[in-house]
This record gives sequence, C-alpha cells and structure tokens, in this order.
Amino acid sequence: MRITLLPQRKEIDLPGRRRVADVLRHLGMLPGTVMVIRDDELVTEQDFLEPEDSVEIRSVISGGA
Amino acid sequence: MKCTRCREHAEVHLRQHNSAFCRRCYVTFFQRQVERAIHKERMFTVEEEVLVAVSGGKDSLALWDVLVTLGYRTTGLHLALGIGDYSLVSTQKTEQFAQTRDLTLISVPLAQEGPGLAISTVAASTNRKPCAACGTVKRHVFDRVAAERGFGVVATGHNLDDEAARLLGNVLHWQTDHLAKQSPVLQPTHEKFARKVKPLFRVSEYETAVYAFIRGIDYIVDECPNSVGATQLTYKDVLNRLEAAMPGSKLTFVQEFLRAGRPAFATAEARQPPETCQRCGMPSYGAVCSFCRLVAEVERKRQPLRRTGSA
Repeated sequence: MRITLLPQRKEIDLPGRRRVADVLRHLGMLPGTVMVIRDDELVTEQDFLEPEDSVEIRSVISGGA
Repeated sequence: MKCTRCREHAEVHLRQHNSAFCRRCYVTFFQRQVERAIHKERMFTVEEEVLVAVSGGKDSLALWDVLVTLGYRTTGLHLALGIGDYSLVSTQKTEQFAQTRDLTLISVPLAQEGPGLAISTVAASTNRKPCAACGTVKRHVFDRVAAERGFGVVATGHNLDDEAARLLGNVLHWQTDHLAKQSPVLQPTHEKFARKVKPLFRVSEYETAVYAFIRGIDYIVDECPNSVGATQLTYKDVLNRLEAAMPGSKLTFVQEFLRAGRPAFATAEARQPPETCQRCGMPSYGAVCSFCRLVAEVERKRQPLRRTGSA
C-alpha cells in the first residue's frame, strides 16, 4: 500500500494487507493524533487496508498560530 | 463498525465517548458538543456579534463554520503574521473560506502595523522567542480591533488538547496566577477588553480535524515553522500517550480542573484591575503595556539601520 504522510509530504510503501491500528503502530503513531483517509473517506483503526490502497495519514496536532 | 446513532457505516470512532459515527451523525454530534459548551459556560448569545479569530488552520475555520451553522452572528479577524510562505497560504485559505461562504472578514497585515510587526521582523529585531512575541502581538490586536469595532466577544479556536497542554504546563511549573485565569471564558477586567471565549475547549484536536475534513474545509495542513520543538508539542505528546492508555483522560483533566481545581487558585490570585497604557491607551499592568514595550524594542533595533541608510 502507498502511504502519504502529511504535513511531512513523505511517501512510504508497506506490503500486505494490514489493520489500520497495526499500520499506525508500525509508523510509531498514536491513535487520535492522525486521520487516515482512503478515497476521500476516513477509516477507523479497526478497518483493513489492502495492498493496492493509497492512503493519506494526516497529522491533527498543531503547535500554534 | 456501525454508527452508534443510525447504525450506518461508521467513519469515526471516538474511544473517549465509547461511540462511532457516520459522517452525518458526526457533524450533528460535533455541533452539539460546541453548542452545549457555549450554553453551559454562558459564552455568548445569538443577540451578540462574535469576533472569531481565524488563522487558516483547522480549529479556527471549523469553529467559524460551526458558529455560522448554529446561527450565530460572526465576523472573522485574520492576522497576516508575516511568517513567509506559511502566512501567505494561511491568509489565502482564510480569505477563500470567507468568500465561498459570503462571510465578513477583517484582515490585519502585521507587516503594516507600527514599525512593521511581521513576526519574522519582531523575532529578528528583539531577543524574544518568536512564539512569545506572536502571542503578545496577537492578543493586543484582537483586543484593539474588538474595542475599535465594538465587539463584546472574541472567540478563538483553542481546543481540548490546547487547554490540556496549557494546564499541564501550568501545573508542572505551579504557575498559580496562570491557573487562576485558565478558563474557557475570560470576563473582561477593563472596559476596553472583550470577553474571550473558547467554544472548542471540550473537543479534541482529532475531533476538530475530522469535522473540518467532513465539512470539506480547506485548511492549511502545514505547521507554523516556528513551532518546531515547541514545549506545547511535548506536553501534547505526553497527554496523547496517556489518552491512548486511558481514553477520556484529557477531558477529565480539564473539566475537573475547572470544576474542582481552579476555584482554589482564583481565590488566592485576585489581581488589581489593569491601568491604561501611556502609549496606546489599551489596558496595561504597568505604565506601558507589553505590546508597546515590544514595539519600542523593535523601533530601537531598527533605528540604526535607518540612520545608516540615509547617508
């Protein structure tokens, strides 16, 4: 699966079918600190991501301004 | 996962509320959370016009969207901070948001204020950290515009994570005067101050981001370049680790402080009402307010450059 991280603007490829919770754990991200978006829809931690998916993982934490 | 309300497919799971929501029900949930906060804390009524501080980020634009949807009368106030491309994009997103919804927006470019108060200029001209200077300038301009235009209420997009992080910092350093004042509603202590309210104080950054996403709000995703390494981010990380282990911790921390903790500090830290600044006429806890002291510092640092240039 192709993962785009925002705001870092970094792309990562992960093999296989994975639960969203596992992907976040693999990337060292805490639940509730990012939105996971696939085809303009949000996916929850319990959902599965398929090998052919392109997803955006967008941080929700802001530091100011 | 099914929506707790309507049993349709859920896109959002909120562990702290033990609930899941489809898109439509989530919007209803979020708007009700904000409306409940406004009513319970008596922030403002539909008769009052609210000045909404909007930065172009998800929180302030989501706040403005909710307030307009709930039927409140609003005007947006945007400060172009002058932090390079970050500020240019922030201004563009804010103006686009206002235009597409036919909302009134007041824009203040800080580069044109006084001796030139773009945050990058202030940081270069003084010994202050950019974030500290930014806070001083923003608070002054919010108050000044509200006073000049007759707004009795200023609303900001501070969310639960912001409030919890601020509370953690205040507790770690036992800043009792700050603890006395930390509240989602700050009543004015001077006739030139507006009431300051934080209608999003009960909703997390995640919940606000989800609302903005579902509502199709185009906000700036990039972070302020001056926020790298900010202490607030460290506090937020600590709190998010706690929240992951014990969902609901952030909300309990803030709500119980307001109910059981703050009253003790407020009694101990009653302060004299402010005087009037000799330079700008705004309220001040000294002869000259912190904003004018900062402006004087910028003016002093810039004077030698002007003398050199006029040979």
